[in-house]
Amino acid sequence: MMTKHSDLLKSVCLAVLLSGAGPAFAQGTDAVTFGQAVEPQGLDPTVSSPVAAGQVTWQNVFEGLVTIDRDGQIVPQLATAWTISDDGLTYTFTLREGVTFQNDVAFDSSTAKFTIDRIIADESTNGQKANYTAITSVAAPDPGTLVLTLSDRNADLLYWLGYPAAVMVEPSSAQDNGTQPVGTGPFKVDEWRKGDRVIMSAWDGYWGDAPAVRTVTARFIADPQGQAAALQSGQIDIMGDLSAPELFDQFVDNDNFDTVAGAGEMEVVAGMNNAKPPFDDLRVRQALMMAIDRPSLVQAVSAGYGTPIGSHFSPASPFYEDMTALFPYDPEKAKELLSEAGYADGFTFDFKVPNRDYAQRAAEILQAFFSQIGVTANIESSDFPAAWIQDVFKDTNYDMTIIGHAEPLDIGIYARDPYYFNYDNPDFKAQMTTIAAATDETEREAGYRKAQEMLAQDMPALFLYSYPKLGVWKSGLQGVWENGPVPANDMTDIHWMQ
Amino acid sequence: MTRLPKSLIIGAIITAIMVGAALLSRVWTPADPTGMNIVARLKPPGAAGLFGTDQIGRDVLSIIMAGAWTSLGIAVVATVIGGGIGTLLGVTAAAKGGRLERLVMSFNGVLFAFPPILSAILLGALLGPGALTSIIAIGIFMVPVFARVTRAAAIQIWARDYINAARMAGKGDARITMEHVLPNISAQIIVQLAIQTGLGILSEAGLSFLGMGVSPPTPSWGRMLSESQTFLDAAPHLVLAPGLAIAITVLGLNLLGDGLRDLTDPRRGQNG
Amino acid sequence: MTQAFKRLRGLAGAVMVLAVTSLLIFVLIDAAPGDPAEIMLGTSAQADTLAALRTELGLDRPLMVRYLGWLAGVFTGDLGQSYTYGVPVAGLIGERMLVTLPLTLMATVLAVAVSLPLGVMAAARPGKAGDGLASLFSQVGIAVPNFWIGLLLILGFALNLTWFPVGGFPGWGDGFWAALWSLVLPAIALAIPQAAVLTRVTRAAVIEVTNEDFIRTARAKGLSRRRALWRHTVPNSLLPVVTMLGLQIPFLISGAVLVENVFSLPGIGTLAYQALSQRDLIVVQNVVLLFAVIVLAVNAGTDALYARLDPRLRARK
Repeated sequence: MMTKHSDLLKSVCLAVLLSGAGPAFAQGTDAVTFGQAVEPQGLDPTVSSPVAAGQVTWQNVFEGLVTIDRDGQIVPQLATAWTISDDGLTYTFTLREGVTFQNDVAFDSSTAKFTIDRIIADESTNGQKANYTAITSVAAPDPGTLVLTLSDRNADLLYWLGYPAAVMVEPSSAQDNGTQPVGTGPFKVDEWRKGDRVIMSAWDGYWGDAPAVRTVTARFIADPQGQAAALQSGQIDIMGDLSAPELFDQFVDNDNFDTVAGAGEMEVVAGMNNAKPPFDDLRVRQALMMAIDRPSLVQAVSAGYGTPIGSHFSPASPFYEDMTALFPYDPEKAKELLSEAGYADGFTFDFKVPNRDYAQRAAEILQAFFSQIGVTANIESSDFPAAWIQDVFKDTNYDMTIIGHAEPLDIGIYARDPYYFNYDNPDFKAQMTTIAAATDETEREAGYRKAQEMLAQDMPALFLYSYPKLGVWKSGLQGVWENGPVPANDMTDIHWMQ
Repeated sequence: MTRLPKSLIIGAIITAIMVGAALLSRVWTPADPTGMNIVARLKPPGAAGLFGTDQIGRDVLSIIMAGAWTSLGIAVVATVIGGGIGTLLGVTAAAKGGRLERLVMSFNGVLFAFPPILSAILLGALLGPGALTSIIAIGIFMVPVFARVTRAAAIQIWARDYINAARMAGKGDARITMEHVLPNISAQIIVQLAIQTGLGILSEAGLSFLGMGVSPPTPSWGRMLSESQTFLDAAPHLVLAPGLAIAITVLGLNLLGDGLRDLTDPRRGQNG
Repeated sequence: MTQAFKRLRGLAGAVMVLAVTSLLIFVLIDAAPGDPAEIMLGTSAQADTLAALRTELGLDRPLMVRYLGWLAGVFTGDLGQSYTYGVPVAGLIGERMLVTLPLTLMATVLAVAVSLPLGVMAAARPGKAGDGLASLFSQVGIAVPNFWIGLLLILGFALNLTWFPVGGFPGWGDGFWAALWSLVLPAIALAIPQAAVLTRVTRAAVIEVTNEDFIRTARAKGLSRRRALWRHTVPNSLLPVVTMLGLQIPFLISGAVLVENVFSLPGIGTLAYQALSQRDLIVVQNVVLLFAVIVLAVNAGTDALYARLDPRLRARK
């Protein structure tokens, strides 16, 4: 089977949208400032910890062969079309012509090859490298064509090629992208005032339609109260992801702002050490799950914003299915399960909790729920990130912990060996292989649904809730992402209405 | 009979109230300090308790009381241990003099030069957050303070005539220190204990504020302040209550220390 | 023993102390759980990626080699690269000092401006209303945590009155006054405990000098109370105040760590705190070294000042 995508449809849609929205464009306002909580340590999303870097530069400065749109769909970007061979092992991309990097170096198959080779190289420091290891070789038969050869089928590869970790870079500037990013996007970075802001301006050499705003500023405000104050005082126009749900309501009631409590990609789960008794007993894990009233938890931890989850996908994922009904809050049933498992009198365990507000608050509430079924959780604060990564993640020296998993499509972590859950389920691993070998979207989607159900039944972690993406922006501003299929602040479609 | 200094009376009353609240919290609080009531979250002072409720609906007054036990407990233990070691170093340095004295004093210099909070965070990184970490981190900074104060005081005692008499009687350094020096500088030590316990409470609050204090659900004033940052506007009572608790407790201990100093050393009291 | 030799020995001692302290910190942070590469890459990285990053950062070398490498760099003026930021530490520290230096200076100026008149007023008429006020201020000022003052200032002046920003620092590039304005509240929070300590010291020093013979003589010769106070007593009381200022520097820095945290200021305190929690050893090392040098320099400075201004002291030694 051959699949062929084209961006023709997208341009048609865009044209329709533009002609509809055109007259309403604001006249004098061509600058926008967005806020984000975490300042990246470098601006290059292809090295080290990519989330915060991507939130500043992905789509604004850097672009990929394909990209992921606001609905989580894969759409063409620097590749206009691609074909996948019948055996799923050869991907042939047709590259867009006339694209140059912001330092005037042309984008072609050789720069694309450089980018991919750099990701999969032995000395690669790309944090997402694991998602690209199926690629065994990259060829550039002519300037407009890029060919990837895979060792195994990998139905997710195209998605990951759209992810911030795989944006296109070029050899002469790649080394300095951390401080002076050079991409193919519509904005270039003018200045980075460390600890405060990154200032970007529209780049005239951009291959696509010029963005509606000329200046984009990213401001870093860690304190939630500061984020709210900056919005109120007009220092920022958009906060795509307000850090404190308690501060969201004041904007909902305020006519000067538009708000959307969208779905984010972060799933908060209480991971358990599945190799260690009593957590190796399915009945115990299910009992603990049934001891938790998730809606109350969401109410207490994030002021009611956020969605209870029953498996490891959030509503932001296109494959999400609600599985909370499988093991609903039922302390009586939970006690029965515990006595079946031989823990009629309950048990005591250590609860290693990152010293972060949301985690500690959630842990205190879980502790109260567990005590209702006779289980005692001793909370032990863990210095996050350093000590937590060492103790829990690396040494798996823990009973239970709690953490938010922010990466999309990361259900595969339960098939990883080693991973901190110490969860070893051959069936689930086989399921992940099945998903990778999917030959079409329907198969892939069915595969992910099945995987969610397997986890919901087997409960290697207590699935708690998905963190909301609480967007607040000035009314009159259009084009802000409502959901967060990828952690991003895409400013390319932003414009002011009159 | 001399009139008791005003600061002593006020300080003693405040300290007694705080210690009383800490002790009382072990047997009784108005509500369960860990008992959450999610429906009644972030309620202002009034019907929902004298100090209102916190972000998960716990009674703030009860947490403050239980937090007194945590704060005072850690500060007192750290001060007693650090003060004990410091006093030992100080009186030994005074007794032996020479090389040992120089060593102790240069060790002091290093510790004094170091921003206390950074080494506390460093210790937190090494040992992980918790009560023990707080005690060690705070205790370490008590050592040079007590070493300096006791050394200075002990040197004065060593210059007294009766020390020579004791020496003549064949008593060794250790025995003289135990029998003559320590009893005569005990007043200064007690004054320092009160004042340094106050500083210990401030340090504990700072550590908890940065996430390096005791683990939840053990109440801690510093962590309450850290958590309240998010609700500054919506629930200012969550900022006021723990801050006032810290300030009043430290004030009480400082006044107590000053008062004791005035009582034992009227000349210094007069001069400030 | 000559004065110069003593100085030299003192300097050598200080350098030794610094070297030992820095080695200790190196060993301790290395022993602390956590690995910079792992922290940077997050939880989805694989073993080979981690190994590659460790090699790139030089973390695969033995501890002593890294320590000596850093030390050698310091002596040749190269402070090294931050692991997490991937930029030279010297630049990083320089950037952050542009926030912390003005902040602490402002706090010190504020503290002196408040405490000096207050302390002198208290000492001029001990036991009177002014003295009571000063003593109340210093007692309360010492007892309140500076980060709590910060929170109260934010609540009152930033959230309710909206005169000041809630936090953050716009940078000096966007206009001098805006930047300065954003440092006012944090400087006040930092200054209050300092001012409280200094008020006490000033009061005590002024009272002590007032009782000295030359002041009594001046008064006996008919110099007015006010003139005697400002012309002779106060200038001669400044020494202990200056000494206290020097002694307070470690606490000022400690306070800055907390206050910068409350106000989300990108200063050196925030840098040190972040670097410690991310095990960015090289940054921690250099920041600590910087603090130690500042403290030692200030101590040496106050000592020298003392010796110059107070000949009695030289004689006593």
